Amino acid sequence: MSALLQEMSARALQLQIPLSVQLDLTYRCNERCVHCYLDHEDHGEMTTVEIKKLLNELAEAGVFFLTMSGGEILLRRDFFEILEYARALLFCVTLKTNAVLIRERQAERIRSLGVHSVQISIYSHRPEVHDSITKVPGSLKRSLEAVRLLKAHGLRVTIADVLMIQNIQDYPGVRALATELGVVFKIDPTITPKMDGNRSILNLNVDPTALRQVFQDETLVGSVEEFCGPPKELDDDDLDGQPCSAGHTACYISPYGDVYPCVQFPLPSGNVRRTAFLEIWRHSEELRDVRSITLRELPSCSQCVHGASCTRCPGLAYMEGNMRGPSSQDCEKSFVRTGIPSKNLLSRKPTTLGLVQINGAPMAARGSGRSRPHGTIPVRICM
Amino acid sequence: MTNRRYVVRSSEIAARRLGDKMMIMSGRDSTLITLNDVATIIWEAADGSTELEEIVKSKICPAFAVEPNEALRDANALADGLAGHGILLLSDKPFWPSSLSKESK
Repeated sequence: MSALLQEMSARALQLQIPLSVQLDLTYRCNERCVHCYLDHEDHGEMTTVEIKKLLNELAEAGVFFLTMSGGEILLRRDFFEILEYARALLFCVTLKTNAVLIRERQAERIRSLGVHSVQISIYSHRPEVHDSITKVPGSLKRSLEAVRLLKAHGLRVTIADVLMIQNIQDYPGVRALATELGVVFKIDPTITPKMDGNRSILNLNVDPTALRQVFQDETLVGSVEEFCGPPKELDDDDLDGQPCSAGHTACYISPYGDVYPCVQFPLPSGNVRRTAFLEIWRHSEELRDVRSITLRELPSCSQCVHGASCTRCPGLAYMEGNMRGPSSQDCEKSFVRTGIPSKNLLSRKPTTLGLVQINGAPMAARGSGRSRPHGTIPVRICM
Repeated sequence: MTNRRYVVRSSEIAARRLGDKMMIMSGRDSTLITLNDVATIIWEAADGSTELEEIVKSKICPAFAVEPNEALRDANALADGLAGHGILLLSDKPFWPSSLSKESK
């Protein structure tokens, strides 16, 4: 993050401005990825008029970074109308898509509307692996054709590779593909529980041995010595810092208008169909509660050796039952990374470790200034 | 040779006011900049049909105790800098007649 962006993030935090918002336009999708956390039925998406009204409210609230995601955004027939409206309001727009529906005409339109970047999910360089994850034959070919088209139009493209047991061995191949295509490559080793609380898809997470190998890939993490080194001692700055920007300078809005602190933090905090966004942002009791949390008041994590360097996600902790509790998936990640068990893991009965889920932080959703040991790899690709 | 200078905001940028600062990202090179209050006034007044000199005279000089020539010199430097990042477009002719708004084009 540039110094100026850090300064602006700090300013947004001070002024309580939601600098970054992810807006999911739909949960409908033309792929059926095995690890997806969404219910793809349409339970009453916001209309075009409702979304335009919301965009006006977001601009008024000071939102600068707007991520449009889904579901597959291009399944909305009004997608380009919404995108054009958002750009007229001068949002810095990032699109997340599987790109299967992007052809020459769509690529040209996206370029002409001044979209900042497009992130496309690619799970393998091998069609048989990628297509088995999306469950759509030919999907890798179509997604890669779209990557080339978007690049040819001068757009910034990122390939996002979610790691799971089906494709863990393929990330070097995807990275080589990204290099060949001249696009950014990111991996995301986090499988998120389903929105309805179903945790069965966590079984797709990579096992600790494979994850340790990823953590020791210096092309991904930078200095392995630093990344996997012993945790730093907790100080007052750590204890008084905010866990992440969720609810502080960032939030998530579902296709149905529900506001949450983050896409990975499903704490219902209001609905823009009933209440103006700014009213929710400023006065929601739930968001206020999230904002009140510092490391110091977390009973277990404030006493943990990993407290200063853990990538603890309050949303994952919430999904485990207590947003002030530990996120076991991050505890396990810290253990795999350093070989040192967290306080939470030590308090458990002796057992074999469960599947590990890495959950780093979205760039904009980790603004507390607390030092974190990771390089590029564990940074979660959202928002 | 003319000294007239017209400025217009590029449509390729992202921008938002953050308190008393304007935050702008260039669509061309992703450069992030912030404008102070004087620069923000110029940026907001850059409608493509008003001369830069007129913007300085009508909006900057009355609001700030600054000598017009000095203010114009600074405004020109600012416009050049922003144009370098594709944030403003410059021309010695109006981008469109003043009677025609940008939206109606």
